[in-house]
Amino acid sequence: MQDPRNPRPPSGLAWRWGVIGLAVIGTAAVFGYAGGWLAPDRLSPKKIINVLQANGGDHPGYRRNHAKGICVGGHFESSGQLAPFSAAKLFASGTSTPVVGRLAIPGGNPQAPDSSAPIRSFALRFDMADGEQWRTGMNAMPVFPVSTPQAFYELNVATAPDPATGKPNPDKAKAFFSSHPETGPFLMWISQAKPPASYVDETYKSLNAFYLRDPAGQRHAVRWQVVPETPSTGDGSPAAGDTDYLAADLQKRLAQGPARWHLQFIFANDGDPVDDASKAWPDDRKMVDAGTIVVDSWQPQADGPCRDVNYDPAILPHGMEISGDPIIVARSAAYAESYLRRTSEEGHLPGTERPKGETP
Amino acid sequence: MSRYDTFHPVARVLHWLMAIMILAMLFIGAGMVSTLAEKHATLVAIHRPLGMIIFVLALIRLGFRLVHRPPPLPVGMPEWQKLAAKGSHWVLYTLMILMPLIGWGMLSAGKYPVVMWGGFVLPPILPQDPALFAWLREAHRYLAWLFFLTFLAHMGAALMHGLIRRDGVLKSMTTGN
Repeated sequence: MQDPRNPRPPSGLAWRWGVIGLAVIGTAAVFGYAGGWLAPDRLSPKKIINVLQANGGDHPGYRRNHAKGICVGGHFESSGQLAPFSAAKLFASGTSTPVVGRLAIPGGNPQAPDSSAPIRSFALRFDMADGEQWRTGMNAMPVFPVSTPQAFYELNVATAPDPATGKPNPDKAKAFFSSHPETGPFLMWISQAKPPASYVDETYKSLNAFYLRDPAGQRHAVRWQVVPETPSTGDGSPAAGDTDYLAADLQKRLAQGPARWHLQFIFANDGDPVDDASKAWPDDRKMVDAGTIVVDSWQPQADGPCRDVNYDPAILPHGMEISGDPIIVARSAAYAESYLRRTSEEGHLPGTERPKGETP
Repeated sequence: MSRYDTFHPVARVLHWLMAIMILAMLFIGAGMVSTLAEKHATLVAIHRPLGMIIFVLALIRLGFRLVHRPPPLPVGMPEWQKLAAKGSHWVLYTLMILMPLIGWGMLSAGKYPVVMWGGFVLPPILPQDPALFAWLREAHRYLAWLFFLTFLAHMGAALMHGLIRRDGVLKSMTTGN
């Protein structure tokens, strides 16, 4: 193996091989650590999606959370009032930006009755002319139940259906909530929550705080919400036994005309918690009306344009930034895993289940 | 030390610069898909523009290599090793160019904005298609594995040339003669 022009074997062969082995194995080991294979206890996007999938059941081709929903289309008309606070082009005065939206209920079961959870969600993707996008997933609730991804994971483990009863084990849930006092405001709200029988009458909130970056480079901590323009018609509850009333109501309303929401930005005062979605801000905070979201069309999610959108809350235009709230990044990472699973199933990748109802 | 032709200084600078960038890229990629900690967002923000820089540098480097032929391998090297050396170099070149294109194409198929920096977004190179996204996403994963394993073999072989054979091959890419 020696170079013929350099025939003598080098001295210290053992350490020379040792250096080579150490370099190769050491690099591989650090790579293994970076990729999480050598740290199996670390909370990963896979683990979060696995527990959601376990709780919601196997529904190939569907989202692992908020599996039941409906696509909506429309546009955002900027008022120009947010432009001094964010350089994002969609907030410039007179700008109209197309949106692909999705209204949904939580949970991993796409056949769940609409009344299965008192929470509704609204996701939006704003498509700007230059290719920039803003994606947001909002929920009709005042606060997020927990502060950290770890706690969110544990919450889902603690409220998993018991194989014996098919219902969550109340002792486990109780133990979780008592060891996580930050869940107090959420529990207080959900014990009294009575959502309207319409997606259109709801106010949806970002829950997580983000930063706006103004044209001068200044940062502003904000949360946002979309508030329905017309007050609730209050035509009461759905008929008994009706499990799909939300989509039916939406279709009926849109047949009469577009649904409109105001996109309001709420500015933090000094000292307001920016990195903790389980803490509400007081009601008197400065609010800026950025414009109107006009929804004028709907499509079933099975083949509508929202089906293949990953409403990753970390996809923001220039002029908006994530905060230090660890839930935002965890949502981004977990949504990517869920998106890969369902597109793999749609694409019939080897080792994936075929979506139900598809002919093989 | 035997006399040995060396790589052009431009080729050497490109090699070591890209070695650092590509190794960083592989680690960033492995880290960002496995973590949901805050660094995930930072890693994603670095991964895309760094990938595009590697893509551009790889094209420049390939062009440079076609004009400036690399030094020949040592005469005494067994044929299978020469074959492995040449084969692995072409695998590395192919992946340097293919991986950024797959990443760009996969984001396009998922209709993600391919954000570089400061609101600058690359145009899509493929139409939106969820099945195509999934195939490219998985190709990106498995080719990254191939990239890393080829890199390990390349590094191990280079060290063997430098420490055991001492035939000037490693020197031709480091200090020259």
